[in-house]
This record gives sequence, C-alpha cells and structure tokens, in this order.
Amino acid sequence: MEPQPTPARPDSPDCAAAHAIETVFRLESPRVVAGVARIVRDVGIAEELTQDALVAALERWSRDGVPDNPGAWLMATARHRAVDLIRRRETYARKLAEIGRDLETIAPPEEPADPEDIDDDLLRLVFTTCHPVLSPQARTALTLRLVGGLSTAEIARAYLVPEPTVAQRIVRAKRTLATRNVAFEVPYGPDREARLGSVLDVIYLIFNEGYAATAGDDLLRPGLVEDALRLARVLSALMPKEPEVHGLTALLEFQASRTAARTASDGTPVLLERQNRRRWNRRLIARGIRALDRAGATAPGAPGPYALQAAIAACHAHAYRYEDTDWRTIATLYGLLAVAAPSPVVELNRAVAVAMADGPAEGLRLVDALAAEPVLRDYHLLPSVRGDLLARLGRVAEAREEFVRAAGLARNEQERELLLRRAADPSSPGRSS
Amino acid sequence: MPRYLSIVHIDESTAPAQGPSEELMRRMGELIEEVTKAGVMLETAGLTPAAQGTTVRWQGGNLSVTDGPFTESKEVIGGYAIMQCKDKAEAIEWSKRFVKVHEDYWTVSCEVREIAEA
Repeated sequence: MEPQPTPARPDSPDCAAAHAIETVFRLESPRVVAGVARIVRDVGIAEELTQDALVAALERWSRDGVPDNPGAWLMATARHRAVDLIRRRETYARKLAEIGRDLETIAPPEEPADPEDIDDDLLRLVFTTCHPVLSPQARTALTLRLVGGLSTAEIARAYLVPEPTVAQRIVRAKRTLATRNVAFEVPYGPDREARLGSVLDVIYLIFNEGYAATAGDDLLRPGLVEDALRLARVLSALMPKEPEVHGLTALLEFQASRTAARTASDGTPVLLERQNRRRWNRRLIARGIRALDRAGATAPGAPGPYALQAAIAACHAHAYRYEDTDWRTIATLYGLLAVAAPSPVVELNRAVAVAMADGPAEGLRLVDALAAEPVLRDYHLLPSVRGDLLARLGRVAEAREEFVRAAGLARNEQERELLLRRAADPSSPGRSS
Repeated sequence: MPRYLSIVHIDESTAPAQGPSEELMRRMGELIEEVTKAGVMLETAGLTPAAQGTTVRWQGGNLSVTDGPFTESKEVIGGYAIMQCKDKAEAIEWSKRFVKVHEDYWTVSCEVREIAEA
C-alpha cells in the first residue's frame, strides 16, 4: 500500500508546495500517461500508475523539493511501478508477461526519452482516447482527462453533469478500450486519415460544447472553448504536416474571436449580421489567419472541410462591416465544401451565400432543390431562409407562411420570437442564419 | 484562459560579451519547443542589448528621446514571453524552467504578470 501524504493546511508553506507540485503534475501527466501506456498498452492502467507516481511525488517533493527534471522523475517512477505491477498482479500476468520480460531487460532510462518518442507517445494517446469504438461523449471526457489534464470534477463542471457520471463514463471508456483490444498506435495510410477525422471531430465537439451551448452557467463554459483551442494547438505542434489540423485550429480561433460579440448584455444571442465587429478579438483573428496560411502551405490546392470552413470564417473576419462581406468568395467556398463534405446544411448555407452574391432568385432556386431533403424536414432554418428570399422577391404572402412554419419548428425561444415578428412583417430585416 | 507576460530581467554585467553560449541556445530552443508543443506559448523573443534601445519619455509636458537605458541601470529587460496558461502557478512553473536553463554565472529573473483582458 502507498503511504498517503497528509493533506496540507491551507496557507501553510506545505500548501504552496503542494500547489506547485499539482501544477507540475498537470503539465507532465499527459506525457507520462502516454509514455507508460506505450509499455503497458492500456491507458487505464497507465493512468493509475501515473497517479501512483503523483502520490510518491507529493511525498518526496514536499520533503526534498521538486527535482530538476520533474517529467523524467515522474516517468521513471511510473515505469518502475509498471514493473512492480506486472510482478504483483497475477491476473495480469498472462497478458503482460511479454511486456514484463521486456521491461526487465530494458532498464528504465534515467534521462528523459528522446523528445520525438514523447511526441509519438502523446499522439498515440490522442488517437486512442478519440477512438471510434467509444461514444462521442466518452471520447470527449477521456481526451479532456488524459490529454488535457483536467480533473473529473473540472469536466463535470464544464458539462454540467454530476461528477460520478463523468467518473463512470471515463472508467467505462477505459474498460472498453481494454476489452476491445484497441491498439495504442497512430494508424498509417488511409486508416490514419479516417482516424484523424475522429480526433479533429472530438476537439470540435469539445469546442462546440463550450461555444454553442446556451443552457446552464455560462461563466464556466468558456473553459471548454479554451481547452479545445489548447488541444488544437497541441495537435498542430504534434502533426505540423497535417493541413486539416491547422484548418481546425484556424476555424476555432476565428469562431472564438467572435465570443464577446455573440451575446447581448442580457444574454440573448446576436446574429452575425448584427454583431458589433469592433468586439471581435483581432488577436485571435490574426492567429486564425496564420493557422489557415499553414493549412494552405501544407496542402496547396486541396483544402479539407475544416480548412474550408475556416476560410469562410476568414472572409467574415476580413469584413469590417457586414455590408463589406465578400459573398462571391463565400459562395465559391461553400461550393467546394459541398464537394468535400456534402450535406444539406452546407447546401442551405451555400444558397444563402449565392443569394447574397447573385440575388434572391438564384438562392431560391437552390433552396427549392432542398425542399425534399428528409434531414431538413424539421430544420427551422430551411423555411426561415426561404421566407427571407421570398420576402426579398416581394412575394410577401408566401414569405409570411414560411416564417410561421419556421417559428413552429424553432426550438429556441429568442429565435421563435424573431421569426414571428418577421411573419407579422415579412419585409422587416433580420435574416436568421 | 488568462495570458501572462513573463518579462525577463537580466544583469547584463553577468552576461557573456559574445552572447549566450551555444549550449544555452540549444537548451533554450528545446524548452521553447516544449512550451509551444504544450499549447501554451503565444509569442517569445529575446531583445538586443539595452544600450541599443531608445527611451521615449513624456514627463511634465516635455517629450524626450534618449538612447538606451543608461549604464547605471544594472538589470535590464532581456526578453519576454507571452503564455496562455490555466493559472498563474502554471506561468510561474514555465518561467522557472526558463531561468533554470541558464548557466550558473547568469543573473536572470522573470517577472510574471497577468495581462488584463478586456
């Protein structure tokens, strides 16, 4: 049994030391988990061993101070525990016998491993926690926990769910990875592209949970936006040659740049058209442009779906006023996106851009082609966009009908009110997209 | 996540005249790569010697432009880093690692300040 360190009293020097140790641990834990997981091939066991190393560190470091290379210390300790564990736990004996032999012959390195190796391990960890055998919920929780270094309590607070729920979700996810024998690896060839898609989607899911969710305590949610941005930046550094990684990073920087302008002081959402663009964060926009440039430099001529969405966001960012928006380019980009990642929602957005560039009649033609889409049957934006285009064409009675239909489908109360106002007076401004 | 400015103060009298050693540059390069890969580093640079700088001052309604901080100023700003961290403890931890890569003969300190966000 591990000797448990006694908890430090608040404000005591011990407490300061414990806080510093916690910080070091948060910085180092993803890489230690990744390094140990490569040995034991099980992220659940790897995390346990890393936690054990933390307990040892708390005891040792609060007495002797933090060592010069805390990462290497934690890694060596966790590796020793891996060897101990393999020796001790007979139930794991068969599964880990081979690894155990390897470990006995290969001495744990005193020096930190090659930085390249650590990078590879961290990438393997990302690809494992985002594995498609897990549900999207499990992927996001496990990624935030193991790669982002967040505590279960922090994740629970961010997702507004009870802590035991998150803890359970993580335990089940780790068990699933173990029972399904998910390899701890970065896949190559066509597999890699498919799996990278899942990795990027997980980061985007985390971002959206913080960005698009309107329920709950909105003071805590920006944390998820930041965590997703940080994960995207980490991935950009780990996979500098993957254009879509930069594309996603760019998209997140652009979207995050609008945060302050997206809601009015009373918390109601403000449409893109009405946003005060002086409140857009120019620093994040500049970072978005740089990331988009990197995406373009790594894959000239063939942007992926995330890079295309980022390019569309860049067009909006470049327009200091809504009236200056380059709809021609946006329509072209949506055309490319409709090829790269076809979906009725993308088509609908393309129709809006075409209507802005070529007039409402052209847009209406595209929207009418979507009328039979089952995916859009209950999507309020279809009748809302159609109503808007009809209004602009002077077909007021038809427009009114569409707005009423859209209001009936809208789930958000603010949006419903806006649509009913437009139904009452279809020629008033206030497109909702 | 808050941003922190880590202002690097150095005692130029302890800095080697021919500039930092190759060994220091290598270790510094590795550390900067590590901080960047941790998704933390937004911007960092060292500064050319303070004697080559210029001070533009507004005082009592008078504008003055003078070269450099003067030689009597012992500690000068040698560089800076802007990092986005979860909290100040993390910014301090990275700054500790930054000063520790220097050889023992250096006197170098980092002033860690949170950037006030609008």
